[in-house]
Amino acid sequence: MSTETTLLPPTTQLRTYAPSADLTVASLPSRREGVRPQAPPSPQNLRTEPGPVRFIIIALAVSFLTVFVVLPLVVVFASAFSKGVMAYLSALAEPEALSAIRLTLLVAAISVSLNLVFGVIAAWAITKFEFSGKTTLITLIDLPFSVSPVISGLVFVLLFGAQGFFGTWLQAHNVHILFAVPGIALATIFVTFPFVARALIPLMQEQGTQEEEAAISLGASGLQTFFRVTLPNIKWGLLYGVLLCNARAMGEFGAVSVVSGHIRGETNTMPLLVEILYNEYQFVASFAIASLLAMLALITLVVKTILERRLDEGQISSDD
Amino acid sequence: MWANLSTAQAGGIVSTEVARRSTLPGFGLTMGLTLTWLSVIILIPLAGLFLRTFELSLDQFWGIVTSRRTLNALKISFGLSFAAALVNLLMGTIIVWALVRYRFPGRRLFDAIVDIPFALPTAVAGVALTQLFAQKGWLGGPLAELGIKVAFTPVGIFVAMVFIGIPFVVRTVQPVLIDLDPEIEEAAASLGASRWHTVFRVILPSLIPALLTGFALAFARAVGEYGSVIFIAGNLPNVSEIAPLLIVIRLSEFRYADATAIAVVMLMASFIIIFAVNRLQRWAQTRIPAH
Repeated sequence: MSTETTLLPPTTQLRTYAPSADLTVASLPSRREGVRPQAPPSPQNLRTEPGPVRFIIIALAVSFLTVFVVLPLVVVFASAFSKGVMAYLSALAEPEALSAIRLTLLVAAISVSLNLVFGVIAAWAITKFEFSGKTTLITLIDLPFSVSPVISGLVFVLLFGAQGFFGTWLQAHNVHILFAVPGIALATIFVTFPFVARALIPLMQEQGTQEEEAAISLGASGLQTFFRVTLPNIKWGLLYGVLLCNARAMGEFGAVSVVSGHIRGETNTMPLLVEILYNEYQFVASFAIASLLAMLALITLVVKTILERRLDEGQISSDD
Repeated sequence: MWANLSTAQAGGIVSTEVARRSTLPGFGLTMGLTLTWLSVIILIPLAGLFLRTFELSLDQFWGIVTSRRTLNALKISFGLSFAAALVNLLMGTIIVWALVRYRFPGRRLFDAIVDIPFALPTAVAGVALTQLFAQKGWLGGPLAELGIKVAFTPVGIFVAMVFIGIPFVVRTVQPVLIDLDPEIEEAAASLGASRWHTVFRVILPSLIPALLTGFALAFARAVGEYGSVIFIAGNLPNVSEIAPLLIVIRLSEFRYADATAIAVVMLMASFIIIFAVNRLQRWAQTRIPAH
């Protein structure tokens, strides 16, 4: 198991991969001086705190999560519907809104499918073979998680912008990358790069190579082996990676904002339109678009929970 | 050129090392494609950023980075991120304790919503927090009566950074606390340690690597955060302007060199944090044999 770590949200690491087991056991401080002889507490109280302490901790946790997580989410929907359902629906039917939705779907389709193919290929190379520099390779794949979204956009401006490395060439040949779909797609691919590979690597590492080797020795071709043996084994993990990759691709703001150029009706994705409408004090319209993205987030969380359960079950059955 | 190079390298490894260990096909091909795609999307663009900085003289670079506005933006980003990560450390510990150790109504729901700051697009979080903490907002109103202004002040930046960092400490510590050997606490208690003593001298010390990792991840995330911060920040130069926003502003002014220099400073900082987290993980692992 490699020790690489990234700024990947810990939840997106599958449980099988999380270094949790490695972190658990710690040396006990042997401090005798602090231990005073007392009547031993009854066994059921050994691992919990007194009632009032429990109550305070639960109250703190619940109110913190309510203020910082639940309320912002409720505000989105309350503001979206503050002028009624008709205003909400008509805001979504605006041509600008529709074009933003279309662009977001297009960019997500491009970046998710490319990262899906790459993720599977990278995971195959990394998990089915032994080679030196594997940890470094995984760290490099994870790199986008530790780069500020703004910088992820900036690197493409430096490459393809008017003053960029390829700027003059692109202008001479009338190729538009920045302030157009290719640039937005590139920036999105950059920020969503690690998701699929990250979801697959721990799973495939765990599964080993025996089944594939058996298939090959029985005369299956490489592709047959992948589609008939490997793919059925990794399908839930793959879906998990695609799900998180898609959520980030549709919601990305910083990187896309830098490369988009904000051309109305052309290069505004949904998150960018949320910003523009909000800055124009069109709150209902802004929150209407935001509510679609919030629903995407909620659906993603629900499906993720279901997939995690499946993966845990698969874990148990493969352990038996 | 990259493709040829990497495929050739990969091919070389196949013939020497891998052939012994694995009979599976496709190493050269998949490794070649991986390295090519990685280079095109990640490595070459990032290398471009560093190349751009080399076009600056050291004096120019230093001049940009130490200009008043840049320094203030970096101070705001790093200072408030640190403060927010501290709050995440404290509240994250309390939340994870409640979720793992206690049973209360709605526990599973609260467990699930911890992930919302990850899942919610940052722009949505940004406008929602702004609406909530604006002077006429649900929370901004009552706070304004108390004389506390949140939105459009540095406090707003701090609030957004706290929001974005919530899941890190919780999700890093949660599996560790779940797997913690109950016998350790029982032993401590049966030896006469008070519960207070057991928690602070026995349990929390064994959570330290996970807590520090969660803290570092939350800190790093907050430093680079853009979408959820800029709406609520107010974005006043030298007062409430974060470093990522200053990059965007310099870009829109076509001051590429300035944008690049600030970006390089931030990248170096996040690389240092990754390195620190890696060391933390290794430290946590080396504690096992010691046990």
